[in-house]
Amino acid sequence: MNKDQAPVLICKDLCISYYTRAGEIPAVVDFSLTVKPGETIGIVGESGCGKSTVAMAIMQYMGANGGIKSGSITFKGRDLTQLSERELRSIRGAEIAMIYQEPFASLNPSLKIKTQLMEVPLAHENISKDEARQRAAQMLSDVNLPDPERMMESYPHQLSGGQQQRVVIAMGLLSNPSLLLLDEPTTALDVTVEAGIVKLVADISKKFGTSQIYISHNLGLILETCDRVFVMYSGEVVEEGTIDSLFTWPKHPYTHGLFACIPLPTADKNAAPLKPIRGQLPLPFERPQGCYYHPRCDHFKPGLCDLERFKMVHVENSAADHRVRCLRYKEIDHHREVPGGEAKEAIELGKRVLKVNGMKKYYEVRDSSLRALFAGKRIRQVKANEELNFTAREGETVAIVGESGCGKSTFAKVLMGLETSTAGEVRHNGKEISEVAVRDRSAKQISSLQMVFQNPFDTLNPSHSIGGQISRVIKKFGVETDKKKIFDRVMSLLDTVKLPRDFYFRKPRQLSGGQKQRIGIARAFAGNPSMVIADEPVSALDVSVAAAVTELLMDIQREHKTTLLFISHDLSVVRYLSDRIVVMYLGHILERGTTEDIFAPPYHPYTEALLSAVPIADPEVTKREIVLEGNLPSAMKPPKGCPFCTRCHRRIGDICDNDLPPEQFVVDRHIIKCHISLEKLCLVLPVITVPDVSERLHVEQRE
Amino acid sequence: MLITTSTTEMPTAGYGAAFLRALKSFALLRESWVGMVGTFLILFWILVAVFAPWLAPFDPNASIQPFAKPGMEAAKISGTFWLGTDHIGRDILSRVIWGSRTVLIYAPLATLCAYTVGILMGLAAGYRGGWVDDVLSRIADIILSFPVLVLYIIIIATIGASGINIIIAITFASSPGIMRIVRGLTLDLRNRDYVAAAQTRGESDWRVMIVEILPNARGPLIVDACLRLGYVIITIGVLGFLGLGLPPPDPDWGGMVNETRQMAMAFPHMTIFPCIAISSLILGFNLLADGLREISLRD
Repeated sequence: MNKDQAPVLICKDLCISYYTRAGEIPAVVDFSLTVKPGETIGIVGESGCGKSTVAMAIMQYMGANGGIKSGSITFKGRDLTQLSERELRSIRGAEIAMIYQEPFASLNPSLKIKTQLMEVPLAHENISKDEARQRAAQMLSDVNLPDPERMMESYPHQLSGGQQQRVVIAMGLLSNPSLLLLDEPTTALDVTVEAGIVKLVADISKKFGTSQIYISHNLGLILETCDRVFVMYSGEVVEEGTIDSLFTWPKHPYTHGLFACIPLPTADKNAAPLKPIRGQLPLPFERPQGCYYHPRCDHFKPGLCDLERFKMVHVENSAADHRVRCLRYKEIDHHREVPGGEAKEAIELGKRVLKVNGMKKYYEVRDSSLRALFAGKRIRQVKANEELNFTAREGETVAIVGESGCGKSTFAKVLMGLETSTAGEVRHNGKEISEVAVRDRSAKQISSLQMVFQNPFDTLNPSHSIGGQISRVIKKFGVETDKKKIFDRVMSLLDTVKLPRDFYFRKPRQLSGGQKQRIGIARAFAGNPSMVIADEPVSALDVSVAAAVTELLMDIQREHKTTLLFISHDLSVVRYLSDRIVVMYLGHILERGTTEDIFAPPYHPYTEALLSAVPIADPEVTKREIVLEGNLPSAMKPPKGCPFCTRCHRRIGDICDNDLPPEQFVVDRHIIKCHISLEKLCLVLPVITVPDVSERLHVEQRE
Repeated sequence: MLITTSTTEMPTAGYGAAFLRALKSFALLRESWVGMVGTFLILFWILVAVFAPWLAPFDPNASIQPFAKPGMEAAKISGTFWLGTDHIGRDILSRVIWGSRTVLIYAPLATLCAYTVGILMGLAAGYRGGWVDDVLSRIADIILSFPVLVLYIIIIATIGASGINIIIAITFASSPGIMRIVRGLTLDLRNRDYVAAAQTRGESDWRVMIVEILPNARGPLIVDACLRLGYVIITIGVLGFLGLGLPPPDPDWGGMVNETRQMAMAFPHMTIFPCIAISSLILGFNLLADGLREISLRD
């Protein structure tokens, strides 16, 4: 990194507004940023804080109703706001490139990778087709794609999501831009794939000297990729600084609030629970006077914070470019506060509620190809779940962890009775349910096993009122029959999920994502279930909202002693809230045990990789780096032996390819399915090392 | 999160509120002038149909004075033939006014029937899938592969010309198209989580289809219904023109054109006025559909 060179990009006092039917909406106010050559800047914030708007403004690609009100964007000495459309076109793609969230939407499905890649240098430079082709192939191998020649001839749909994103990154880098904008490039990808992309992004500036602006909602990813970070809240930057200073000594109350919302390895659901930020992000046209954050701030001082807007100030006794937008940052002693929320009592575990014994679910796929006809194999089986064994007890939280396609949703479907199992048994409260479709279950059975769905925008029917949808559940399950009593029960459920009572009359579109998810939880608990399946209930929500919903879910669980089956791909959330973990891969359970068992050696090699892939927003936590090669095999053609053998970094030989590994008992209820002997697995070093509290930097500062 | 401690009252009769909400969403239409023009045209014809007995100057079926030009004074009785009379002396203005009743009764009725059948078929095909979908979709394909006009002629010629039969014919010919739209929408909507939520609480299939899925398909269906009403009006006109419409002597716009088309060169007013009536009403429905689409796309 060369610090003496002129900056690549300078944004000065940028104000961006959108003009809509409701009038002018200020999206970003007073935004200043300087990017030096080779530097990676992170912009972090919750949805609606204006981080994507900044990226669009830098590209000068605001759409019809957006505009820059004041300020300037200077790119290599030229003011982008003054350039003509023609001049901009020669800059976009050539000198500033952008990478979007969804790789499959960024690639044209009907053109070969080759064509799409070669287009970039051909459009911006005067070079021959052969040279463009050569450069494209070279770039593909630079972004660590195996077999670039074959990739060049493929169509986007033939590649996996991770490979597609690598191609998109290659496309962005092809014309050797000075600035690369990455807008949540890994959000749509699985964790182990994400880890690979993050490593690639972190290497780009070293390899190509490209400056980058990395936009993300995930503080952990920012920590792993960036040099400097900007925290945005409601359209303005509230704190900026280098990774070290900001992550170790955050000054703004909002930054603190964000850290208290993410399940860091130090958080514990009983001793140190997450502390959600109260209130909601203000709408752009309803921003309060003075500090935008003051209505949600614990350190708010009337007469000071709510008067007028103020500028960013340099933080005393910190790195040169650590700046904060807070008048009281010096007075606030963040160390006085308890790191998490109030401690809560642990739930006592009761009797066994769920017992899964050798459950299998195969789907039949009809193969109508000629070859299948000749071979006589018209019907092939997709093994979605293979020999699942585990149990769950009353009040326990069992997490099922795995990447997409591992069969966790299929298992949920069998439990809910939307599918029936192929073999084995699932006993819920002693009754066998795996072969009973939901239609044939009694109302009591159905109501005792309910589900919270993943997508908050999909979980409620947009055509019916909130009250109507919850009432229907109560009526259907026969909890209450009298109209008045049903109404009262809906009211008490709304109280339980901490929503105002007049939400009864609202339609789902009037609610925010977090509120919708709360209604989803209220609906699941309407019939007093003994077990609730939560399918990634918070993965689509912002961090502060997710923390509130997670806490709510666990409070209700404590109160009702419900068994929670938590399906997720995010190991940090899982570590925080679950008692037991089941790790799944391609329909098999590779490891299961208590949370402590899973997070300490011996590990299954896959668990090890998963742990390494989780981004942790704490600079003092060290991780061993394990990046998996290759892609998840198709469920139609699983490997013959161990399902994980194609990507395993600890493969020991042919035995892995040919034989299904045995279940090895470590201790009671901790099982690892692997060919490597337990003694050897026990020797593996821990993946995540959390320093002792006394060794921490910010503790020293207190003395 | 704010918690209001005020007790919320139980909802009482919700019809007043629902009516207000309908009015409010209708008020949105004001933002599209195309939609407003359409609405005015339709409202005009609805008012004409409702007040036909008071608006029509003469008995629509009475032969008074043949071959009168527009604006001609009646010879024997007091009154003016504002739009002239036809070849057997019936007042064209009165016939156009009374004819609006025919169209505005049979066209919405026929569309409603077609929609009921189409929606039920589409929901079943889209939601159930499998052989139900195969059978229903193939039936729809077969019906749609016939030229529509030939289909009408065959049906009406077989079962005879009457109001009910027009409705049956239109239902038979247009429900497959509606079914396809509904099926497509259902295929998308049935994968939503709220449908899964309804399934996991053990709701019956029909409840899931009609209560959970159908209301969410209403946007595109309402726009399509407006367009289709236009087509149905054309169809009724065409059937009348082919002599397969309502049996005479009751006024019917298509029939009026048919009866006077041989005199169209000499007495153009006999043909032109019913034609204007038909096209203005169809234009009204098409413009309304455009306006609705414009508004639904905007938000």
